[in-house]
Amino acid sequence: MHRHTLNSVNSFLSRWGLPSVARSTLVLSLLVSLTIPAAAQDWIRTGTGLGMERVRLAAADFKASTEDPKNADLLRVFNDTLWNDLDNAGIFDMVSKSFYPTELPGNPPDVRLDAWNAPPPNASMLAFGNLGASGNSMTVQGWLYDVKNAASPQVLGKQYTDVPTSDAARTIAHKFANEIIFRLGGGIPGIAESRIFFVSSRSGHKEIWGMDYDGANQHQITHLGSISLSPRISPDGSRLAFSSLTKSGWDILLFSMDLNRLVSFPRFGGTNLSPAWSPDGTKLAFSSSRSGDPEIYVADQSGANLKRLTSFKMPDVSPVWNPKTGAQIAWVSGRTELPQIYTMESDGTNVQRMTDQGYAVSPAWSPNGQFLVFSWIRHYGPGAPGAEDLYIMDIASKQWVQLTHDGGRNDFPSWSPDGRHIVFQSSRSGSEQLWTMLADGTNQKQLTFVGSNSQPNWSWK
Amino acid sequence: MPAQIPRVPIWPAKMHGGKVKQQRMKWITLMFALGAILFLGACHKKAAPPPPPPPPPPPAPTASLTANPNTIEKGQSTTLSWETSNATDVSIDGVGAVQATGSQQVAPADSTTYTLTAKGAGGTQTATARVTVTAPPPPPPPPPSPTDEELFAQNVHDIYFDYDKSDIRADQQGTLQADIDFLKQHPNIHFTVEGHCDERGSTEYNLGLGDNRANSVKSTLVQGGVSAENIKTISYGKEKPFCTESNETCWQQNRRGHFVYQK
Repeated sequence: MHRHTLNSVNSFLSRWGLPSVARSTLVLSLLVSLTIPAAAQDWIRTGTGLGMERVRLAAADFKASTEDPKNADLLRVFNDTLWNDLDNAGIFDMVSKSFYPTELPGNPPDVRLDAWNAPPPNASMLAFGNLGASGNSMTVQGWLYDVKNAASPQVLGKQYTDVPTSDAARTIAHKFANEIIFRLGGGIPGIAESRIFFVSSRSGHKEIWGMDYDGANQHQITHLGSISLSPRISPDGSRLAFSSLTKSGWDILLFSMDLNRLVSFPRFGGTNLSPAWSPDGTKLAFSSSRSGDPEIYVADQSGANLKRLTSFKMPDVSPVWNPKTGAQIAWVSGRTELPQIYTMESDGTNVQRMTDQGYAVSPAWSPNGQFLVFSWIRHYGPGAPGAEDLYIMDIASKQWVQLTHDGGRNDFPSWSPDGRHIVFQSSRSGSEQLWTMLADGTNQKQLTFVGSNSQPNWSWK
Repeated sequence: MPAQIPRVPIWPAKMHGGKVKQQRMKWITLMFALGAILFLGACHKKAAPPPPPPPPPPPAPTASLTANPNTIEKGQSTTLSWETSNATDVSIDGVGAVQATGSQQVAPADSTTYTLTAKGAGGTQTATARVTVTAPPPPPPPPPSPTDEELFAQNVHDIYFDYDKSDIRADQQGTLQADIDFLKQHPNIHFTVEGHCDERGSTEYNLGLGDNRANSVKSTLVQGGVSAENIKTISYGKEKPFCTESNETCWQQNRRGHFVYQK
């Protein structure tokens, strides 16, 4: 009974990121229909034979198309990046390179479909192409073939030209991976060009940093020399809101990514924390203690039309909008003592308590609007602090599943724009670092290794 | 000088009565005359100018002078004591004429050598006494009047909280009342109440909780009569822990309302 149920939950979870709307609906309806006690679920696992079969994709290393000596380095960056993007996407069963034919194609005439569509590779899809530097230019040609369709195998053919640098090679690989993921992932754009913002103390102060979604290209954005927390990128990627300790206290600050400097935002007085953009980018929700107690407020992006939504003693913090509708806000309230997750309409009405026990904080709302991921010390109590793990909850049914089991404190989840991934902070390695995983808890990977890194926020696209 | 009177028997034992009576009278007269002569002669002798004797040398005066104590700090006094003899005129420099023997308190401003001069028929005798005046020890550093900041540090104590709570615990109310009493007596002191939390739980929630703690302390202070104008609050959540170990002792140290003097 249990095993069956767990497998079912697992298969639902492994499906929801897949293309069809019908499948998503199915996942939700099945989750809702679960009748077992939620507390009985501790583990989910994915494996072969469970749920939807993933597309079996082979990605042959691209070949050099010119004699330029820079090609070797550029190809290594390009091939690694492309492979990681496709592997990270979570929708492919990547065919191991050890199964590939010895002669890899660099152009369509080189492809022998029968060498790919039968065991050992037994691929369904094949990505291949070539890269060549020439003077101050680099050209990449890439194709995606449906190797089971001998009559008309080409699904995709793209050509990119840029300067011959490893950054450009990485960017082109991200773009080509996104094309493949978009075609095979049900029309949901890939995340290979998305970015993650986070807090790092490696400069000696907690500053806001940014990086590519895969952990590459980590760089410092703010240089305030104070304590800056809770970065939240605007939906269009142009502005970064965060909370920083200034001379007047904790204030919400806005950083323009275009101007590369702070732009004005009102100081409201009191402790102002945890800003959150509405999905249309016109409003910010945040916590302010300007009244003497931390409450949730909403203001226009300019800071005007400040409106208070909550009014209970003890902290109300960490609001997040329903990114699908923009009509609801989930947040954390200590009104019943230990903090719990609540939802309400964005005008403050219809307050619903989502968690019923323990210590629940840091909600993140899935892009499709159906799920909350949050950090929970479920069995909190004196002498038995319990683990702090991430959980995913179906909002409609309040059914939940535990996603992390690997020790340490796991907190501050943030969804990738495709809804298939979650980035979070974990202390399991001995220090606070950023990790990613698929939204079913599998494929957990560490992204940062230097200093202390926390509070990741994934860009909206 | 008395003349030697010859020994004559006054009563000759074998004389006849009459004749004896007559002889006795003769003796009395003789004796009388002799006595008068002797007497007169003696007087006459005295009135005569004696040969001039050598004049006896007049005794020399003596003098001693002591100061007790002989070392004093500036501003203190000492006692001069002196004795003289054979002097008719005794004086001490800086003091003036004094009795032949005596004592007197003096308070010289600087080290002084007192000289006593005793003059008499026999001459002049001097005696000295040195009084050393030392500078008073550097005035003991005036008991430093503590600054407001020092008083604040000595008298205002932090308030500790239970896990996930921001209300003032029963065992902290005495401390907080003492804080109130001090702060009301020092209405010029401005200060900040910092709200701190232990490492458990989320960064954002703890910043909210720290804000609640700081404001909980502030509102109790204000209710107790401390001016709200003097109080700033700030939350540090778990950003600036006092103690970084992961145990309850350390966590309790970090769950506090911390007072900071504002210069």
